[in-house]
Amino acid sequence: MEPTIITRLGDGSAVRLTRDEIRRELEEGTETAAARAKAPPLAADELEHLLDIFASPSRFSAVDIGDEVVLSFDGSGTPQQGSRVNALLQYEQCLAADTCELYHIDYSYKAVKTIVVAEQQAMKEARERLTIPVHYGAQPDLGRYSAPDGPCGNWSELLPAMRIDEARAAQEEAVELAVADMVYVAGELWEAGADGINFDTAGAGGDADFLATLLAVERLRAAYPDMGIMVGMSGEMVLGTHGQLEYQGVRLAGLKPAGQCEVVQRAGATIFGPAVNVSTSRTVAWNVARALTFMKPCMAVAGIPVHANVGMGVGGVPMNAFAPVDAVSRCSRACVDVLKLDGL
Amino acid sequence: MGSGDTFGMPVAHAVASGMNGLRAAGDLVARLEMTKGMRLAEAKRTVADALGVGEADLSDPLVMHEVRGQLRLGRVFEAETTYPNDPSPQEAKANIGALLAVPVNGAAARRGGGA
Repeated sequence: MEPTIITRLGDGSAVRLTRDEIRRELEEGTETAAARAKAPPLAADELEHLLDIFASPSRFSAVDIGDEVVLSFDGSGTPQQGSRVNALLQYEQCLAADTCELYHIDYSYKAVKTIVVAEQQAMKEARERLTIPVHYGAQPDLGRYSAPDGPCGNWSELLPAMRIDEARAAQEEAVELAVADMVYVAGELWEAGADGINFDTAGAGGDADFLATLLAVERLRAAYPDMGIMVGMSGEMVLGTHGQLEYQGVRLAGLKPAGQCEVVQRAGATIFGPAVNVSTSRTVAWNVARALTFMKPCMAVAGIPVHANVGMGVGGVPMNAFAPVDAVSRCSRACVDVLKLDGL
Repeated sequence: MGSGDTFGMPVAHAVASGMNGLRAAGDLVARLEMTKGMRLAEAKRTVADALGVGEADLSDPLVMHEVRGQLRLGRVFEAETTYPNDPSPQEAKANIGALLAVPVNGAAARRGGGA
């Protein structure tokens, strides 16, 4: 009887599989993504390497010495660490972070707009106390601009009612408001000393959300030539909640990581973060093979660094706030080894 | 990177694949990536050349601890090994900017100053 190895499901729970079963998980994961992304599946040697990583009984897995990559730590800090800036200092001095990120718990540029002076004060303190680069990060969060939270029509209600033109108009109106807020907040945090700005989970509200991000990046790049700008995506495919929006002639709905990367770098960002969501009922091996297949084509078109999103529920990492390190380390290593990423 | 508890996410990734930040040269390579949009291979090569070390040394805390001290680029300390004469973060970042020829916004005076 073939021995079994402890591995994980996408929710983080432990499951025992044989080496052959893990191999099938990897093959199914890449084939599923290849069909969906219309991209090549992972090569045989890449699958074999992933099999060695996931069929290992070791508690932890890591890249080879010399293959380390830059880690851009978004959302740095938790309440147990004291003040937000104390937490950033701990990331620098105790956690070996390559970069860190000041953030507000209401992780939305629209929300931050009302407290931007307080955020500037925190950034001022951070830049005086830290040596590593400090990002300021939040989400574009276009849904906040729809009723009842915002002034625009609610496209999530208009679309099911087949009021398509009104839904599109509401999103277009929201884009203008969101761009203005993002440019304002990012500019204020840059003036307070941020080394870079992070637009996290871009496209979470669909193609209009993604367009707002791109337009904000474009305007910030024109205003601040030296600003570090990181755009992290929300998923492997941009949803067409509007359906007709374009950026510089490129239709945004349906864009996958390679297409997302192309428009992000064209807008003027300096780091692109692809995101591929996790299926909690499939194994981590299946999810990693699927994520790598989706992300691999963007490495060929990237002219800027690519930092894959490998936090909770993306990039194969289990959808659990307290993910087991055996799974996280395997996802980390697999992304670096197979994709030859610039960072995570 | 992404969200999750401190041990499960940032610690796990840092040990598995990170460049060790201020313990080594991770922050220096990061500055070239984020500010200049430089890809990893070129950024590592540029930092190694500027520091006069090999690329393999960039994630080595022993090598980089000494180099950072000599060049006054800031470094980590611990309870029994302190450096009261090391530069302040602002001075260290100014030194990093000069060494790598990269603008360091966090070291510049704001509102009336310049990067």
